Amino acid sequence: MNAQVQPAASAWQAVIGLEIHAQLSTASKLFSGASTAYGAEPNTQTSLVDCAMPGTLPVPNREAVRKAIQFGLAIDAAIAPQSVFARKNYFYPDLPKGYQISQYELPVVGAGRLRVRVDDGRVIEVEIQRAHLEEDAGKSVHDAFHAETGIDLNRAGTPLLEIVSAPVLHSAAEAVAYMRTVHTLVRWLGICDGNMQEGSFRCDCNVSVRRGSDAPLGTRTEIKNVNSFRFVEKAIEYEIERQIRALENGESIVQETRLYDPARHQTRPMRSKESADDYRYFPDPDLPPLVIAAADVARERDALPELPQARRERYVAVLGLPDADADQLCADRATADYFEAVLAALPGQAKLCANWVLGEVAANLNEAGIEIAAAPVSAAALAELLARLRDGSISGKIAKDVFAAMWAGEGGADAIIEARGLRQISDSGALAAAIAAVLAEHPAQVADYRGGNEKLLQFFVGQTMKRTRGQANPQQLNELLRQKLAAP
Amino acid sequence: MAALAADLAAGRRSALQLADDALARAERAAALNSFIRIDADGARSAARAVDAQRAAGAALPALAGIPFAHKDIFCTRGVATTCGSRMLRDFVPPYDAQVVERLASAGAVSLGKTNMDEFAMGSSNENSAYGAVANPWDTARVPGGSSGGSAAAVAAGIVPFATGTDTGGSIRQPAAFCGITGLKPTYGRVSRYGMIAYASSLDCAGVLARSAADCAIVFDAIAGFDPRDATSVARPAEATAALLEQPLAGLRIGIAREYFGSGVQAGVGERVHAALRELERLGAVLVDVSLPNAHHAIAAYYVIAPAEASSNLARYDGVRYGHRTAHARSLDELYSLSRAEGFGAEVQRRILVGTYALSAGYYDAYYLRAQKVRRLIANDFAAAFAGVDLIAGPTAPTTAFRLGEKAGDALAMYAADVNTVAVNLAGLPAISLPAGLAGGLPAGLQLIAPAFAEARLLNAAHRLQLATDWHLQEPAA
Repeated sequence: MNAQVQPAASAWQAVIGLEIHAQLSTASKLFSGASTAYGAEPNTQTSLVDCAMPGTLPVPNREAVRKAIQFGLAIDAAIAPQSVFARKNYFYPDLPKGYQISQYELPVVGAGRLRVRVDDGRVIEVEIQRAHLEEDAGKSVHDAFHAETGIDLNRAGTPLLEIVSAPVLHSAAEAVAYMRTVHTLVRWLGICDGNMQEGSFRCDCNVSVRRGSDAPLGTRTEIKNVNSFRFVEKAIEYEIERQIRALENGESIVQETRLYDPARHQTRPMRSKESADDYRYFPDPDLPPLVIAAADVARERDALPELPQARRERYVAVLGLPDADADQLCADRATADYFEAVLAALPGQAKLCANWVLGEVAANLNEAGIEIAAAPVSAAALAELLARLRDGSISGKIAKDVFAAMWAGEGGADAIIEARGLRQISDSGALAAAIAAVLAEHPAQVADYRGGNEKLLQFFVGQTMKRTRGQANPQQLNELLRQKLAAP
Repeated sequence: MAALAADLAAGRRSALQLADDALARAERAAALNSFIRIDADGARSAARAVDAQRAAGAALPALAGIPFAHKDIFCTRGVATTCGSRMLRDFVPPYDAQVVERLASAGAVSLGKTNMDEFAMGSSNENSAYGAVANPWDTARVPGGSSGGSAAAVAAGIVPFATGTDTGGSIRQPAAFCGITGLKPTYGRVSRYGMIAYASSLDCAGVLARSAADCAIVFDAIAGFDPRDATSVARPAEATAALLEQPLAGLRIGIAREYFGSGVQAGVGERVHAALRELERLGAVLVDVSLPNAHHAIAAYYVIAPAEASSNLARYDGVRYGHRTAHARSLDELYSLSRAEGFGAEVQRRILVGTYALSAGYYDAYYLRAQKVRRLIANDFAAAFAGVDLIAGPTAPTTAFRLGEKAGDALAMYAADVNTVAVNLAGLPAISLPAGLAGGLPAGLQLIAPAFAEARLLNAAHRLQLATDWHLQEPAA
């Protein structure tokens, strides 16, 4: 027998699959007419169906089904002409019926794929096994009553789309990049608000490790309900390390559900799958198979917006934008749409438009803590400003001042430029006069310059700008100054 | 019922008088234990409302002012609805079932809620947490189940009709045992909204009355699409009452030989054959048909129904409503003790059976196989209906058995459903009609129709009742 060299720790391969739960942004619940709005007083958004009153029955929300179809089309998956709602049976106080209505054997969305750009610049194609509709459970409230647990059923019955990736991710970075891509997509489609703090977008991470990519899959653990990108990254990193350490110490991995503790950046066991419930899935006899006509799918396909991936690629290939700009612009649809609206008024000026959207606009949004939809400067208003910049009426520096005034609500670009007298001085006569005055005021510096200290050019630029209150066309100013200084 | 309606319309009697009379009869017949709850105030106020409308000259539906009773499985707003269970002893629904709404808007006057086997699980009404019901023909015998209270109340003449539900025969078998007419409509014809679930894919609301003509009036009032029930069928209901009188000439009735097996009491078989001869005399053509998978029906039913029940009854956990144990020291005990105290033995048995049938490792062998058998049974009916219009046989193999006779033997009890469960598995409409007495007790004829052919079923039943007086026979007071 050959003596085998133990592979180094770097030979371990992590295998990760994510189950993302995206709350579908419908007005009412998956099987009842109750509202899905977040943050209401406990148990004020519960219908008889949601509290599982005897005799009540579920009726599917077609809007949730439509949103599931849209997602399926966006990941290039087959939409099942017939899918089946199944009951997942288990007892828990915040599960009023004693079962959750989900989809098991026949999900509404079949296998699809999503191209994901990882931070290191690689593009990976992630296989998505399925996406299915299911209802959320209620919440147990542990701090409202002394020594007793309260139940809030407002969330019970809220529609979720569970998006299940194949175990094809191999690092925390890939997992997070994939999760971000899905997050962008569901918001882009308008099927989920993506609000992770409110739990509208959360995920379970299945993690295992193996020695090299040819080895059989290792035993996996599932980290439940992680609700931020950073936590997903930390939890997976921790879990990979923990598993490798355990295996290298000769221990084995127990198949179990673990919870991520953000305070300690650790995962810890929640319950062991070996003793887990048998969910006794079976088709829900209250709900006939969900039938989706080909015409309905076709209608959704026709109404599908240009998807982020396609748009990103177009920005690079057709508009010539750098990858980084395209990525940032396509991080959400409102930003990309804003950019396109600006660009529509300034054809051919993609880079200029991108610079402003990702620069001044993004910075101001960030500072104000608002979304682009609420930006006080509309795309049309920004386009008007950039047109003045393009035609030389104002300099880039003045443009930023004008933008700040626009942001502050002082009016449109032209009005501000006029009111403040900011129009750039491009008249060479006026500029020459200003230069002559400056040179006359500083004879010593002029002599110095002419003696070879050409660095002083910036001094004269500054002085002339000051004299023209910044309105001098900088390029023209430079040229004229050089001329005047060269010729005594 | 037509006579009562005529009296009301002519002003000879008021709805209030009818309600008071019915309440008095219910009191006199209290020993039958056919009611779990009588809502005298509710009945009188509903009757007064109808009388006021009539006095104001309103044109009223046929059922306006007619007293009746609801099986205690239908949720009634403000009136306790127990489903025959200790679990729901104090449960007062905040809403009305669709069937309750429909009959209320038709002006029918509900007297209260009738006794039943707990959660509709039983064939004798002995599984009620509120005591057994006596058969008005012989108070030592069962009225059948699970709609035993409704059947007994109609047979005893307390009310002219009562609602019922039929999951495996729970309308037809008690109708047969009590000598009345019971209609189980096509699955999906009548909304299940507000009807407490036993086995969702089989549960069906219907009616027990003295005649097919009365069943037709009630059926027309309760049938129809309901968007609150996803299994409700969006299909215009034909007014069956208007089609009752058509002649039967050429109607092809299939005699299912599997329904006349060795388990059928001789007297019952004779009565059913007599009824069939009468139908033949009325112009029907009798044809032999075969339903080769009929003998698998009981086994399939007693897997599928308990499986669904095990899940449907999970909501009774002591958390939100219903019985909650006073002795729990943990969450697990809250569940196990509340359910052990709240559910009776038969309900617990079926939950256990159903849980087992759905468990990992057993699902394929039990639930999935039962579903395959279910399809075979439906196919048998489809094949038979290619050649016949209706299929006939005895509703139950025997007449009413004695109270306690089968109480200790679940399998013997289940066998009483042998001729009825297949109809539920296939989702078909069927009716049980009195076919005369065998040994002093009523025997029932079952007619089965293809899906949505209730009108044909009621037409044949009505023509038979026009020609015979079996449905007019009454137990001695």
